[in-house]
Amino acid sequence: MTLTSTAPSGRARSSGAAIEAEHLVKRFGDMTAVDDVSFTVPQGTVLGLLGPNGAGKTTTVRMMTTLSEPTSGTARVAGHDVVREPEAVRRSMGLTGQAATVDELLTGRENLRLMGSLYGLPKAAIRQLSDELLERFSLTDAGDKVIKDYSGGMRRRLDLAVSLIATPPVLFLDEPTTGLDPRSRVELWEVLRSLVRDGTTLLLTTQYLEEADQLADRIVVIDHGRIIAQGTPLELKDQSGKAAIVLTVSHADQLEAARALLASHVPEVHVDVAARQLTAPADGLSDMTRVATVFERSEIVLDDLGLQRPSLDDVFLSLTGHRAEPPAGATADTTSSPSPSTQSEESQS
Amino acid sequence: MTDSAVQQATRVAPAAPHDFQPPGFVRQVTTMVWRSLKHIKRQPEMLTDVTIQPVMFVLLFAFVFGGSIVIPGFIYREWLMPGIMAQTMAFSAFIVAIGLNMDLGKGIIDRFRSLPISRGSVLVGRSIYSIIHSSIGIFVMSVTGLAIGWRIHNGVGKALLAFGLLLLFGFAMIWVGILVGSSMRSPEAVNGLMFTTIFPITFLANTFAPTVGMASWLRTLAEWNPISALVQAMRELWGNGPAALPDAALPLHYPVLTTVLWSVAITAVVAPLAVRAFIRRTTD
Repeated sequence: MTLTSTAPSGRARSSGAAIEAEHLVKRFGDMTAVDDVSFTVPQGTVLGLLGPNGAGKTTTVRMMTTLSEPTSGTARVAGHDVVREPEAVRRSMGLTGQAATVDELLTGRENLRLMGSLYGLPKAAIRQLSDELLERFSLTDAGDKVIKDYSGGMRRRLDLAVSLIATPPVLFLDEPTTGLDPRSRVELWEVLRSLVRDGTTLLLTTQYLEEADQLADRIVVIDHGRIIAQGTPLELKDQSGKAAIVLTVSHADQLEAARALLASHVPEVHVDVAARQLTAPADGLSDMTRVATVFERSEIVLDDLGLQRPSLDDVFLSLTGHRAEPPAGATADTTSSPSPSTQSEESQS
Repeated sequence: MTDSAVQQATRVAPAAPHDFQPPGFVRQVTTMVWRSLKHIKRQPEMLTDVTIQPVMFVLLFAFVFGGSIVIPGFIYREWLMPGIMAQTMAFSAFIVAIGLNMDLGKGIIDRFRSLPISRGSVLVGRSIYSIIHSSIGIFVMSVTGLAIGWRIHNGVGKALLAFGLLLLFGFAMIWVGILVGSSMRSPEAVNGLMFTTIFPITFLANTFAPTVGMASWLRTLAEWNPISALVQAMRELWGNGPAALPDAALPLHYPVLTTVLWSVAITAVVAPLAVRAFIRRTTD
């Protein structure tokens, strides 16, 4: 079915799709790494390919960037078929792989020159673009330093800068922030957002739910090579249930009174005695404000009251039955703080 | 689609991405060679194998063995030079194998493959670099040789022919390097394999001592060794050694022709295997 498209570029333009995957399958021997993956990324948007290690994210990206030939199915990048027109695909996209893809023995500027030459850019253009890119990625001072002496964050930024030397309309980033400290990660997000504002289409893979939540317009969740869910971050969160009011009572002896009070305002209350915590389904902020007012007028002392929306992590858990992130945080990143979508409110009376 | 999608589609794409043509093969290759030369600048110690080492070999062999090996009618030091040069050129296989293997083990090969360039440019670039690398060695050795009394006696034409044969043989050896570099899993493995093969092969010849003294089976082996033909050719062309003895194996009686044939044969057999190994290694 994928072979019927006659004028791929024209078709892609009209549908506004910068990246299209159609029934991509990749088998290595008996192992199916990618199993019937299809999705579309409209031009100027960000798709997050989310999944745990070994889910098939990298293999999918390798097929879409012509590094690996699909066992079956196909993909189009900027309207060009990855199997039949790999050259055209390579001209239209940039790739930052998972492993460092810069030359460690060259300086930042030399790396940019190397890739600029290999894209066939004129020398003067390479010089000008290099200056601009180094500036944009805050690497101007490090431009003449050898990569070996770069920090992890600088290396990642240069890697990205190198991918941009030929200003590709489509950019593939395979786990762009893995191994970065939280600050570098947030900085890199900012750069990626500015690229998208300028019209670049981005496909990024990540195992960090927060990253997909922060950057992606749409998320495709894959596990064991299969797509298990896709949608906007909000849609995915809605899929795994509604929001809940979570309320922590200061004194254990007031727990029963609190339960009774809450039960008179909401249809259902769940009690966690050990944590002195009550949970009730809620429609949104207004529900929580109402509950807050009720408790403020009562004698019950609360430690905490908040609205909890399911995080993408909850989504992943409900979809796959296992967590997405590596156990016990490989890095002490920002996801260790409570879910960013929990609005908390102190209610001490 | 929706209005917003149309807007996105008609929005100005980032700075006209197609206002350039992919580089021609020559530019791809020169860029790859440029990259390798920059590596030398960063790690000058990469050159020890073609600077300090050959000088050391020339001096060691010339002065340690020079006294005990007698070549009737010729000076051992002069006779030695073509041998050491051939050995150095054989090692260009080593250089290309290590360099290629290191590239293949890193993410940069994926980057290269994602560019609109020929995969072959990586190979050709590495090969040309390796010839440059070895030529530096030949130059350093020539200067060392001249300093200790080595001379070319038979004129410019034959002198150049000998250097030409040396290069030709180097190109053949590069295919061996590409095959090994593409097949081995780590630079350490390349090192191990090359040291246990190329190194003894360059000794099992007429490089450092005449084959006459060897046991007859060993002598036959040594005289059929491609290195021996190359060394014999250089010795005769430069006037550094005698013609082959009447009882020497056939190749040594036609050393120039044999060297050409060997080089072509090695290339014809190894090149397809090497290219296949490289393509396999870079395909998934």
